[in-house]
Amino acid sequence: MASVSLESIGKRFGSTPVLHGVSLEVADGEFLALLGPSGCGKSTLLRILAGLEGCDAGTVRLDGRDVTELPAKTRNLAMVFQSYALYPHMTVRGNIAAPLELRRLSALQRLPLLGRALPGTRAIRAGIAAEVAQVADSLGLSALLDRRPAQLSGGQRQRVALARAMVRQPAAFLMDEPLSNLDARLRGEAREEIVALQRRLGATVIYVTHDQAEAMAMADRVAVMQAGRVLQVAPPQALYDAPASLEVARFLGSPPMNILPARIGLGGRVEVEGVALPFHAPPCRAPRLGVRPEGFALADGGLPARLARIERLGAEAILHAALGASGAVVTVRVAAEQATGLAPGQALHLMPRAAHLFDEEGLRLPLHATLPQPAHD
Amino acid sequence: MTEAPRRSGARPGAQAEQWAAWLLALPAFLLMWAMLLGPALAVILLSFTDWNFGEPELRWHGLGNYLELWGDRVFWISLRNTLIYVGVSVPATVALGLLAAILIEGAARGRALYRAFYFLPVASTLLGMALVWEFMLHPRVGFVNQTVAALGFARQDWLNDPDLALLALAAIGVWQNLGLAMVLFMAGLQAIPGDLYEALALDGADGAWERFRRVTWPLLGPALVFVMAIMAIRSFQVFDTVAVLTEGGPQKSTEVLLYTMVQNGFTFLRSAYGAAITAVFLGFTLVLTLAQTWLLDRKAHYG
Repeated sequence: MASVSLESIGKRFGSTPVLHGVSLEVADGEFLALLGPSGCGKSTLLRILAGLEGCDAGTVRLDGRDVTELPAKTRNLAMVFQSYALYPHMTVRGNIAAPLELRRLSALQRLPLLGRALPGTRAIRAGIAAEVAQVADSLGLSALLDRRPAQLSGGQRQRVALARAMVRQPAAFLMDEPLSNLDARLRGEAREEIVALQRRLGATVIYVTHDQAEAMAMADRVAVMQAGRVLQVAPPQALYDAPASLEVARFLGSPPMNILPARIGLGGRVEVEGVALPFHAPPCRAPRLGVRPEGFALADGGLPARLARIERLGAEAILHAALGASGAVVTVRVAAEQATGLAPGQALHLMPRAAHLFDEEGLRLPLHATLPQPAHD
Repeated sequence: MTEAPRRSGARPGAQAEQWAAWLLALPAFLLMWAMLLGPALAVILLSFTDWNFGEPELRWHGLGNYLELWGDRVFWISLRNTLIYVGVSVPATVALGLLAAILIEGAARGRALYRAFYFLPVASTLLGMALVWEFMLHPRVGFVNQTVAALGFARQDWLNDPDLALLALAAIGVWQNLGLAMVLFMAGLQAIPGDLYEALALDGADGAWERFRRVTWPLLGPALVFVMAIMAIRSFQVFDTVAVLTEGGPQKSTEVLLYTMVQNGFTFLRSAYGAAITAVFLGFTLVLTLAQTWLLDRKAHYG
């Protein structure tokens, strides 16, 4: 396995720029997710790394070696495609063996009939067959080796694609939305399977997805991309707990974070809609306070609001409430039992317990919870 | 309470649905019989009679016409020539059509232009073009012989040499059908998912030969079977170049099935005998079509 390094990668399609100097470091054995909405350039970045697409600027390194100009076949990377891209006319066995055959047998030895008669072919083929059998066994594909892709279910095809990538022990795995064609239940299982596999092999994985739950659940670190830029690279929890910018904060989490215009009042107290909240921050122009739906508590004090709608989801409930002064609607996540007895139209007070502050540019500002003070403040 | 659903007997409306289905199929059904099956059946029935065109009555002749065919030297020459013609022109058309399609698909620009050029012969009247070919193949002033001579080979009298005439006609057939094969192959090529080539590149092969052998050729299976069948059927129908350029000669060396049929049926007015030849021709076409259907169902599909 290898480390991967992308340095200021730039790419434009015609006159449309799709990547603006993207830099990323992926450590040996790390699982990195590239997360972003469709059209953000994450797949293009992966294809540049794979060597399927050239870049206009920047350097691609594998284990420190510059591979920017190398063709895909010599980079020793394996890719799992969204469509799986299995060879439809070959059996599962043939599909898994293909990368080994193409690498270990000479062009002559690969010839259909003549090749088998050449010296050495037999031994190499026997070695390939053994490795194919082993990989197939580790992914539970042994019983399917003689089937064609068309005779397999989606989950099985996905595992064949994984097996084809694994079999030649590549420097790194590139995965382009490999689970998006599976149904929800299978997707959950496949997630676990891929992570377990990555841990077992100690593999470097770069995983492109638009599904934040997938990225958060699987990756060691997540790189959030938007409009051809990497906004933030961090471990999943850090990304959620300390988003570096308003864009990242808005992108992660469902329902999304509530963003409220704020003001820094006397003594650095943060005020929203004229109500002083238990946070203080350095002075700043036009700050915005971000509160996740679970960051609000129903309390006696805080922001006055009127309940508009309740979504009861079983274990929890999502409250949609209009704030008293502005009428801005916020979402609040509470445990189901806290929502019993609530009804639309009811007046509430919402107290932010955890919050994030962003400046005019949308960059994160330090925010401190105000400790309970002695009487004289 | 609503009515309990009836468990026994036909579902209400089932009868009406059946009628509607037949009614909707009726126009196609009638047209098929009027245009295809009816005439074919008429020809086959006619082949069992002794009718000559213009005669006031016809009699049942059983297998008489077919027995006569069996002993007819010209029929066997004609059948043999037709098979040679098909055997030469179909592989050549398919191979060149595929090559043209792959080259044009790979071209960075001018694809539409190339496609139009290659397709022109398909759209043009072969009878008109036969004039050009007659001139091109002329023993003295023809472009073909001038080229041959310039390359240092002996000039040939293409259309009047019994050993060459059929091949010359086959070459014209290739020229005419190449564009159609190419267009069909291009459609087939476009249906191959691009990520298979990318997967192949990552698996370790990005050369033209491996791309062709490992992805293009196997995935072109359905298109290949279809093109072969269409080309074979079209080649079996070779008639106009023979009629205009060689009239079956020299020494019957370009006598082909449809030409023999037309001569018997329309020149000698032996309609029933011509019908028997047509029935043989229909038999070949049917076999080709069935072979195509069978292959497409069995082998060429992976999806």
